[in-house]
Amino acid sequence: MAVGMQWIGDHLPEILRYAASHAALAGLPLLVGLAIALPVGWLARRQPRLAGLIVGGSGLLYTIPSLALFILIPLLLGTRILDPLNVYVAMTIYTLALLVRTVVDALGSVPEATRAAATAMGYRGLGRLVAVDLPLAVPVLASGLRVAAVSNVSIVSVSALIGYPQLGSYLTDGYQRDYPLEIGVGIVGCLLLALLFDLAIRGGERALTPWLRVGR
Amino acid sequence: MLTSIWAWLTDPASWSGRDGIPTRLVEHLLYSVVALVLAAAVALPLGAWIGHSGRARWLVTAANAARAVPSLGLLFVVAMLAGPRIRGDFAYVVPSLVVLVLLAVPPLLAGAESGVRAVDPAARDAAYGMGMRAREVLLGVELPCALPLLLSGVRAATLQVIATATIAASVSLGGLGRYLIDGLAVSDYAQMAGGALLVAALALAVDGLLALVTRYAVSPGLGGISGKRGGRSGVARRMPAAPTVGRLSHGSEPS
Amino acid sequence: MAVGVPGYRHGMIRFERVTKSYAARPARGAGSAAGDRNAPTVAVDELTLDVPAGQVTVLVGPSGCGKTTTLRMVNRMIEPTSGTITLGGRDTATLDPAELRRGIGYVIQHAGLFPHRTVADNVATVPRLLGWDRRRSRARALELLERVGLDAALADRYPSQLSGGQQQRVGVARALAADPPVLLMDEPFSAVDPVVREQLQDELLGLQADLGKTILFVTHDIDEAIRLGDQVAVLRVGGRLAQVDSPARLLADPADDFVADFVGRDRGYRALGFRDALPIQPTPEPTVPLGADVGQARATATDRWLLVVDEAGRPVGWVEPERLTGAVSRDDLHRGGTVARRDGSLRALLDAALSAPSGRGVLVDEQGAFVGTVTAAQVTAALAAPAVRPGGIPDGGGHAVDR
Repeated sequence: MAVGMQWIGDHLPEILRYAASHAALAGLPLLVGLAIALPVGWLARRQPRLAGLIVGGSGLLYTIPSLALFILIPLLLGTRILDPLNVYVAMTIYTLALLVRTVVDALGSVPEATRAAATAMGYRGLGRLVAVDLPLAVPVLASGLRVAAVSNVSIVSVSALIGYPQLGSYLTDGYQRDYPLEIGVGIVGCLLLALLFDLAIRGGERALTPWLRVGR
Repeated sequence: MLTSIWAWLTDPASWSGRDGIPTRLVEHLLYSVVALVLAAAVALPLGAWIGHSGRARWLVTAANAARAVPSLGLLFVVAMLAGPRIRGDFAYVVPSLVVLVLLAVPPLLAGAESGVRAVDPAARDAAYGMGMRAREVLLGVELPCALPLLLSGVRAATLQVIATATIAASVSLGGLGRYLIDGLAVSDYAQMAGGALLVAALALAVDGLLALVTRYAVSPGLGGISGKRGGRSGVARRMPAAPTVGRLSHGSEPS
Repeated sequence: MAVGVPGYRHGMIRFERVTKSYAARPARGAGSAAGDRNAPTVAVDELTLDVPAGQVTVLVGPSGCGKTTTLRMVNRMIEPTSGTITLGGRDTATLDPAELRRGIGYVIQHAGLFPHRTVADNVATVPRLLGWDRRRSRARALELLERVGLDAALADRYPSQLSGGQQQRVGVARALAADPPVLLMDEPFSAVDPVVREQLQDELLGLQADLGKTILFVTHDIDEAIRLGDQVAVLRVGGRLAQVDSPARLLADPADDFVADFVGRDRGYRALGFRDALPIQPTPEPTVPLGADVGQARATATDRWLLVVDEAGRPVGWVEPERLTGAVSRDDLHRGGTVARRDGSLRALLDAALSAPSGRGVLVDEQGAFVGTVTAAQVTAALAAPAVRPGGIPDGGGHAVDR
């Protein structure tokens, strides 16, 4: 136990560095993915014929196992295999695949009566989207975002097999050196990071939906 | 780059022997199927019971939370702990199989639970009220109505298993993941990419198959996740003869 | 035609001191604020009631009066805590529950149709459970769909494709499929809108006139109870029987304040629905056919209003001859005024008289042909005469005369 704590103490700067890059590799695609998923999902709702294609297509992308995608992306992008851009692109694709469905559901969760009232009061398309639809869609969006965040944290760790430095590296190193503590650090680190993301998203959700907190 | 991948894929040597594509494909499918069947044997009845009785809901929440554990980490831990204790050929298979089963349980559990919970309580009440026995209600009403969500859980579990079986090659499991891991070890991109394409194709094919199964197994009367939603018909009812007291009629229809 | 399950062709249900109580929940900690939680909840309290064969008995009361619990004890969806329920003379507790239920039709709110089966398959459920072959079951299903007023084209649709009213009709058809002598109906029409509800009530009365089932019907709506019931049992909160009587007697003579309150206001007016109008003689009235010219109309009229009929002699509306600009057409018609049947109730006749612009209510015969008019004064004069149709159960009276 004492040896373990010693090891952690010695490696703390590295652990934090890896955690930071892990957070970036998992978190940035969340933001970018959401930014892309919002207009795509909105489009899917307006054009029901496209909707089938869009939702089906994203479902298809999500089906591809993560390691396979990490290996195939350099082919598409023409990058070297160790370029971290590969991971960002792959993670964004996964996030997008998950979130498009979520955005469609979230926008659909806004009561029809509310939307009609907003339009009747004089809101135009984009204005209504920003002022009415999106705020009311936040709960469902946040729930999907949390799922995507946890999924992302787990998938990023797989990229350790290719050699990207993040918390997953402790998993591979620990296995190679037969050092279970290191694997433990990797696992716990991922769990903590996933928890942090979860709390952050919940916090953001609370901040954006004050009307759900009042009363009773 | 593409040409070397194509060369690898079409090379007859890639298709023969212990490391050949057919062998690896079969291995991959075998591990996946066995893991799914074992997980389903536990998770489906348990999930159905939780959905039916409404108790022990926390099991589903806990299982879902457990999905946060990185699968790679789980593989390594189990391999390290259990590997040395098992002798013989199965030393490499058992740890990975255990992890595959563990990872397949949460989506199957959630799918079964939400599926059974989604069964219309009025339909269930009517089923008992008409004289169906418990087994008849389960098989004739609850299971068919739970099918859409249940099958979506099966699909999620299958994808999870196929993906994890791929990375399990790093703990010496066979299957298509071998090409990715071995290719990585010797920097043979053609092998890596070829293997990746095969894995992707397998995942898409299996998921497509399950989508077809869902389409045909699920009654068209159930909307939602799968199946076509029947449109509302505008068929007018035939009304009975005019009631005794009526408004002064406009004299038109006998109604 | 009658199939049923052997043993209870005589569909009389009898409750003998039936009680249902639920055990107390254990109090959490001392001094729980929710009062004495140790007392058991009594849903039905020593209920003794006869449900006669071939009649509609309605259980009515406010929330918590145990009406649904009572109903569900008949087919043992809920087991009584004490007391006996007999069906056709046989104690239901001695019968196998599933077999018991296959001989009882069960209609619930929201229909409870199986969403994964077609309409026809839904209706054929109990016959199939009883072992009928596919062809016979399907034929029976189609026959019943027609009987409840549904187009045969709906047979192979799914419940999600039907409207609420249509689904409820399928629910009734499904309950009748194996021709059970007894029907249990738990607020079957509460979930549909009022217009559809009235149609469904009419159709149920029509079906009952044909089939003569023993029906136990639960509702919270006193008007529905009065309209449908041959016998109405009013239950109070806590599951005690307050009064059981024919609808006419319930309106005329409520047993206590609770029943009086529950039955509501307008009791006198509603009771008119049970009084026969036959003693009233319709007054002859001049009429003109559609298309008659202005001159004829003005010559025929005796005052400001003139009645117009169609080629079959059916009344279509009133016109004001002074206002006519050409031949009498549909656009000139004043559509106020209900039409009552000559053999209807005093209530219907009074309504016709009150709503007619001329003050003369239009009366028709069974074929809908015009027979004469009635004034409000004539109706109130008839009220003074004691011409109450006997409202007792044995001779099958006590129905609302206006259907």
